[in-house]
Amino acid sequence: MAKGRVSIVVERCKACGFCVEFCPTHVLALSSAFNSKGYHPPHVVHPEKCSGCDLCGMYCPDFAIFATKVASAGGDK
Amino acid sequence: MKADPRGVLTGTHFIDGDHACCEGALAAGARFAAGYPITPSTEIVERFASRVPTVGGTFIQMEDELAASITLQGAVWGGAKAFTVTSGPGFSLMMEHIGYAAMTETPCVFVDVQRGGPSTGLPTLPAQADMMQARWGSHGDYEIIALCPNSPQECFDLTIKAFNLAEEFRVPVMFMMDEVVGHMSEKVVIPPADEIEVVPRRHTRKSVNEYLPYGTNCDMVPEIAHAGEGYKFHVTGLTHDERGYPNMTPQVQDKLVRRLQNKIRNAADRIAMFEEEHLEGADVVVVSYGITSRVAQRAIEEARKQGLRVGKLRLITAWPFPEKKIRELAANVKAFVVPELNLGQMVREVERAAAGQAKTFAVSHAGGGVHNPEDILKVIVEASRCPTA
Amino acid sequence: MSDSLNEALVNLDSNPVVNPVEPFLRGDRMPHIWCPGCGIGTTVNSFARALIESKIDLQSLALVSGIGCTGRVAGYVKLDSFHTTHGRAIPFATGLKLANPKLNVVVYSGDGDLSAIGGNHLIHAARRNIDLKVICVNNLIYAMTGGQTAPTTPDHSTTSTNPYGVFEPSFNLPHLVEAAGAVYVARWTTFHVRQLSRSISEAFQKKGFSFIEVISPCPTLYQRRNKLGDGLDAMKYYKAKSKVRHGAPTSEVGLTMTGEIIVGKFVDRDRPDYQTMMRTQYAESLGERYVEQPEMICS
Repeated sequence: MAKGRVSIVVERCKACGFCVEFCPTHVLALSSAFNSKGYHPPHVVHPEKCSGCDLCGMYCPDFAIFATKVASAGGDK
Repeated sequence: MKADPRGVLTGTHFIDGDHACCEGALAAGARFAAGYPITPSTEIVERFASRVPTVGGTFIQMEDELAASITLQGAVWGGAKAFTVTSGPGFSLMMEHIGYAAMTETPCVFVDVQRGGPSTGLPTLPAQADMMQARWGSHGDYEIIALCPNSPQECFDLTIKAFNLAEEFRVPVMFMMDEVVGHMSEKVVIPPADEIEVVPRRHTRKSVNEYLPYGTNCDMVPEIAHAGEGYKFHVTGLTHDERGYPNMTPQVQDKLVRRLQNKIRNAADRIAMFEEEHLEGADVVVVSYGITSRVAQRAIEEARKQGLRVGKLRLITAWPFPEKKIRELAANVKAFVVPELNLGQMVREVERAAAGQAKTFAVSHAGGGVHNPEDILKVIVEASRCPTA
Repeated sequence: MSDSLNEALVNLDSNPVVNPVEPFLRGDRMPHIWCPGCGIGTTVNSFARALIESKIDLQSLALVSGIGCTGRVAGYVKLDSFHTTHGRAIPFATGLKLANPKLNVVVYSGDGDLSAIGGNHLIHAARRNIDLKVICVNNLIYAMTGGQTAPTTPDHSTTSTNPYGVFEPSFNLPHLVEAAGAVYVARWTTFHVRQLSRSISEAFQKKGFSFIEVISPCPTLYQRRNKLGDGLDAMKYYKAKSKVRHGAPTSEVGLTMTGEIIVGKFVDRDRPDYQTMMRTQYAESLGERYVEQPEMICS
């Protein structure tokens, strides 16, 4: 179960690659999709590895990505 | 509203124009000045530096005029009424920031105690050669208001007026003194504070959500907010829309720049101040301002003694130029005589406004002293000999 | 579109999450104009996080910038912000601070703006110890106008005004501002996002002239013209070649085109700020006659 979750504001991304490079657990990769400006935004390839550290968010020059910690599932399972 | 008594040195004084200007600023509510020393204006801020710590305010001498002319604007946006003083070379340096004040609609006063130029020129001697620069000195299309006192008393009274106009129209006002008016000592009567009308800052009463920093009504002047009040507004020198956001398109440019111009031009009649005498039935009207108007007074009186029908129009506001008044007069007079301590500046405006209906005679003087009344009289006599149009 | 891209889109579900820096941005002006790989946005990110961390009252925070790419920061932050003239953010900020001492005033501008045309104001404000927090984004070039040589452009770089290579020595900004009197001097790069945030927070705790230099990529001009790759390549260079040396003598932290980048907090000292000195002097000289400036806000 991932500890964090990435949110991406696709239209703001300029595909600089910072988030992909500096994610410590290599959660992200640039996708083959395009946003309306023609940039390849990142996508989550290893969601289970996301720790919610938000380094991607801290590095992003375009405020196009951030990660949040996910509350762990309840204890009755 | 009435002046704050803390800044009003009520009483009868014998002081020079520079000192009177400082007192006018304090009476108007100015509590911030940023300056840089330059003859013959320095005494204004020297006095302010001495007075303001006992009134409650700040003076800072900046490292150059480039800084002084924008530091005062920072102070305005921080809530103060603010001004700076300078002369020719410093006025030239300040031009970019005069344009910035016009573009951002920052209410403030720039005092230019004119001296001989160009360049270093005559630091301790008078001229009136910055008049066109006051109007056109910065780049781009914008309007300013310029006042010309001709006595220390007017240096006091009109400085208050300058601040009031700045606040009313959210515009930088040029206070065009000259070295003689600045350095001549005369009686200056400073009334009690409750007899001095002061225009308050046009501060918005709108809520944070409703407020548009550059939104306007029919008078075309936006309401202001200060930093620290929660409005979180943006101010930029870039062409901007009502939100204050940069919007660099021809459409927004047209709208903005025409408004900056029209907010002054549409009120030109209201803003115009002049002193008139013997205009009824005049053949010749002497148009003058500042120290030259004192000399012209003598020439006019002499001419009238000789039986010539000479009237006086003294410009108190040089800008916006009182075109309407000149055009009306031009229909009825033979000629205008315009003595100035320059080689022909405001005379061009007179000529333009007269539109050929009357002749225009310049009485130029390169500066460094004042005219001899005889020189002005000579031209009045010549002008009187003009055939009626 | 791939499934994972779908999943990654900003969710509209029952728990909408918002970027923690979103409240600091003028969302109606996004996306911003900075190039792909430009580091300015990253510095703004760090700045916003410092604001969150330090719990600064946003209402009493004012941000002043000059002209240039970094100058555009003022237009993107949701604060009382002033985009002033080239080189003159510091004197404008001085006026703002003196008129309303309760304001926290940040100057956010670029290397050319602050050290070339603004150089005089930089040194005097540092000398006077005006209580300003100056964030100098140093991309080693005049970027907005197309890549001309700046006083910070490293030796041998190629620029549009030095097409055959820069031959002037470049400014060592930390050294300059320390010598002029700054009480807090730090340098980071856009790779050092957390340290930069921390430095900004520290500067907010300090009274006096604080100067934080941030080395940042200009991919379109500096990187490209010097065949140094793109923004990401610059970031990798910063990561590889930065050396943290807190307290390093600022005379030793000059930059070269591809050499070591000394980062860290170089100066953290205390001396009275301008307004404190002013009040002390007036009180001493005028005694009871001194009217300490009442709040200048004119109604």
